[in-house]
Amino acid sequence: MNKNKITKALLVSLGLTFSATSFNAIAADVPAGTKLAAKQELVKGNGSEVASIDPHKTQGVPESNVILDLLEGLVTQDAEGNTIPGVAESWETTDNKTFTFHLRKNAKWSNGDPVTAHDFVYSFQRAVDPATASPYSWYLDMTTMLNASDIIAGKKDKSTLGVKAIDDYTFEVKLATPVPYFVMMMGHTTMMPVHQATVEKYGEQWTKPENFVGNGAFVMSKWVVNERIEMTPNKYYWDNDKTVLTKVTYLPLENYVAEMNRFLAGEIDMTYDVPNEHFKRLKKEHAESLAIKGDLCTYYYSLNTHKPPFDDLRVRKAVSYAVDRDVIAKFLLGKGEKPAYGLTPEIVAHFDPVLPPYAKLTQKERNAEAKKLLEEAGYNAANPLKFSLLYNTSENHKKLAVAIGSMWKKTLGVEVTLENQEWKTYLETKNQGNFQAARASWCGDYNEASTFTSLMEGNNTTGGVHYKSAEYDKLTEQAILSTSEEERQKLYYAQEALLAKDMPIIPIYQYVKARLLNPHVGGYAHHNAEDKNYSKNMYIIAD
Amino acid sequence: MFKFILKRVIEAIPTLLVLITVSFFLMRFAPGSPFSSERELPPQVMQNINAKYGLDKPVFEQYTTYLTNVLQGDLGPSFKYQDFTVNELVVAALPVSAKIGAFAFIFALVCGVAIGTIAALKQNTWLDYGLMSTSMLGIVMPSFVLAPVLIYIFSIGLGWFPAGGWFDGSLKYMVLPVLGMAMMYVATFARITRGSMIETLNSNFIRTARAKGLSFSYIVLRHALKPAMLPVVSYMGPAFVGIITGSVVIETIFGLPGIGKLFVNAAFNRDYSLVMGITILIGLLFIVFNAIVDILLAYVDPKIRY
Repeated sequence: MNKNKITKALLVSLGLTFSATSFNAIAADVPAGTKLAAKQELVKGNGSEVASIDPHKTQGVPESNVILDLLEGLVTQDAEGNTIPGVAESWETTDNKTFTFHLRKNAKWSNGDPVTAHDFVYSFQRAVDPATASPYSWYLDMTTMLNASDIIAGKKDKSTLGVKAIDDYTFEVKLATPVPYFVMMMGHTTMMPVHQATVEKYGEQWTKPENFVGNGAFVMSKWVVNERIEMTPNKYYWDNDKTVLTKVTYLPLENYVAEMNRFLAGEIDMTYDVPNEHFKRLKKEHAESLAIKGDLCTYYYSLNTHKPPFDDLRVRKAVSYAVDRDVIAKFLLGKGEKPAYGLTPEIVAHFDPVLPPYAKLTQKERNAEAKKLLEEAGYNAANPLKFSLLYNTSENHKKLAVAIGSMWKKTLGVEVTLENQEWKTYLETKNQGNFQAARASWCGDYNEASTFTSLMEGNNTTGGVHYKSAEYDKLTEQAILSTSEEERQKLYYAQEALLAKDMPIIPIYQYVKARLLNPHVGGYAHHNAEDKNYSKNMYIIAD
Repeated sequence: MFKFILKRVIEAIPTLLVLITVSFFLMRFAPGSPFSSERELPPQVMQNINAKYGLDKPVFEQYTTYLTNVLQGDLGPSFKYQDFTVNELVVAALPVSAKIGAFAFIFALVCGVAIGTIAALKQNTWLDYGLMSTSMLGIVMPSFVLAPVLIYIFSIGLGWFPAGGWFDGSLKYMVLPVLGMAMMYVATFARITRGSMIETLNSNFIRTARAKGLSFSYIVLRHALKPAMLPVVSYMGPAFVGIITGSVVIETIFGLPGIGKLFVNAAFNRDYSLVMGITILIGLLFIVFNAIVDILLAYVDPKIRY
């Protein structure tokens, strides 16, 4: 086993070793002396109703939360967000292009069938099959898995995908270019296996509770659309002995005030979010129940560089400099959000960029610089800068837009028109480029900078298409081909520096994930940046 | 009567057809698609999805296909809730709204008529003013204010009833949603009953009955109540449909798996087939309930005969 040094370095730095025996601690690890409650049932708020529990049909966070309890991929995550073995006990690569995964022999489906390499071959092929029409099939393309792109485009058969079952318990993946963080990417929902015989037997109906077969720590026992999903432990799960909870319930509650009320009435143990307008009161009255952690997301305004006035770099810089991010993070939001000066949030693993020059100035200096730039661009009191800011209808976005609009007005005399649109209308307007400035945000799919930097690539129809920088795209290419962790990080920093120089976006703040968590809930992943809270790691402490 | 029902059925067909056609095209021309998301999907991926759902075909062809399927009772797969068909979703959600709605409706009708009658009989007394101003409060206090107040008092404060959930419609989960939904209609029914009752009591035939020396309670129950119910009955149809379809606020606040929430989410998600399915259903409900109201009116009012 000739392991690649870089991968080894990466994995070691993630706190991993390669021996299977050192991975025992991945189910609920109840600290010694903890008295467990007699009733081990957990109720989680889960935002909106899930679109599906088929990993190849979904793209949202609520779906991912549910699926991660029902299915287990090659790798999973610990409470700190480190990648740890899932169905694969170990893996190796020589060149970051060919990865060999050794699957554990005791992994089973909830009907007792063994989980084999063939299941992963079938599932990965299904994810890129045009007939499946998975909205996240592009994720496999992003891993550069051999032929993924051509299969999605219908140019090649799905059997040509770079995956192979060498034997029942050895699974091989071939990539087109080296991707050192490939293993980490395998923790994503889209990479979960599905049970071939069940999918083929029931077709679209395979996800119904009565038909569902999974390999995760839990199986679904009841699903009432728009009310709840209930799960019980999967007795065939290879590590079921360590599962403490006897029942997990997910409630789709879009209204965070309603969710908070049900938490306060003692009906929910863990909420999906906290209503912003109630945060201060909750902090005062229920401080013990507030759980706040960094989140892998950035809030920003996108500027359309192909349209006036933002085709002028000076104007883009001026409006960016004039945003007082500290005031927004501390006073307007106040849950612990951090000001953002780059697209990639600081919480991303191994990501420690040098702040751009403007971030090091005081707000007063930034404002002075902004005024100067705007005057140079030909705008002044007689000829004020005018533009419209698009955002999707929401109280929070409105509050921010009003505050930032008044900062612009006060500092630069800018006249900004606020334009709110309902979500799907906003998406269409934005994606078609019919905007001057628009609110946007992105949350990472995996804990590595490329999940953010890829957003600004010229062919990315969401972000980069309104920017289109050959220099930026060249840096992406270099980062993909780079075999050194250090060099790759440097390229990401260079991309961030370029974004600060060209200012196609105004980074505003870095998210936090705040929720109400009953203090009797143990095993919550307080430091998992992707907010992956596997129920198998959780338990209820006796009051 | 049979002729009347037959006429109503025949009339319903073009109404439904227009409804389906208009909403189908309105939905398709609304900006955004069921599959648009924060990170726009690559064109190849989008093409695969469109092909799977037949969205790559010309709109008119999609329309005829849809119409053919609807005629066979198939409302198609949901675009958002991909593990379910529209038929399955509607069949699961309708009974929830219907059950809550029926309870709220009966509660509103009984309380409303009783309050309205009492107020009319005690016209211009403190009781009348008290009842009517309270019912005014019921009308102006929207359910999105009333429901959280109920939760705050009875769930968080007293802990008597759960703050949400359905649990297959067990009674204790229904109390607060029913109250939250019914209050507005109690008030409306009370005001309609009061007005109509006062008018009836002042009419000539009541004066004749009084002149005949009949007791007042006999006059009210035997002669006044039935004609006074006419506007109430007319309001029952729209009230019932309103309770069922307008239940989105209550369903959202109490986390109930009903049709109102499904409908609103479907519109936000551009879930074409689900929006269409529920639109057709609501259209049908309107037609059926208006027909029932017409039959009831014929029973109550001897001047109307079909």
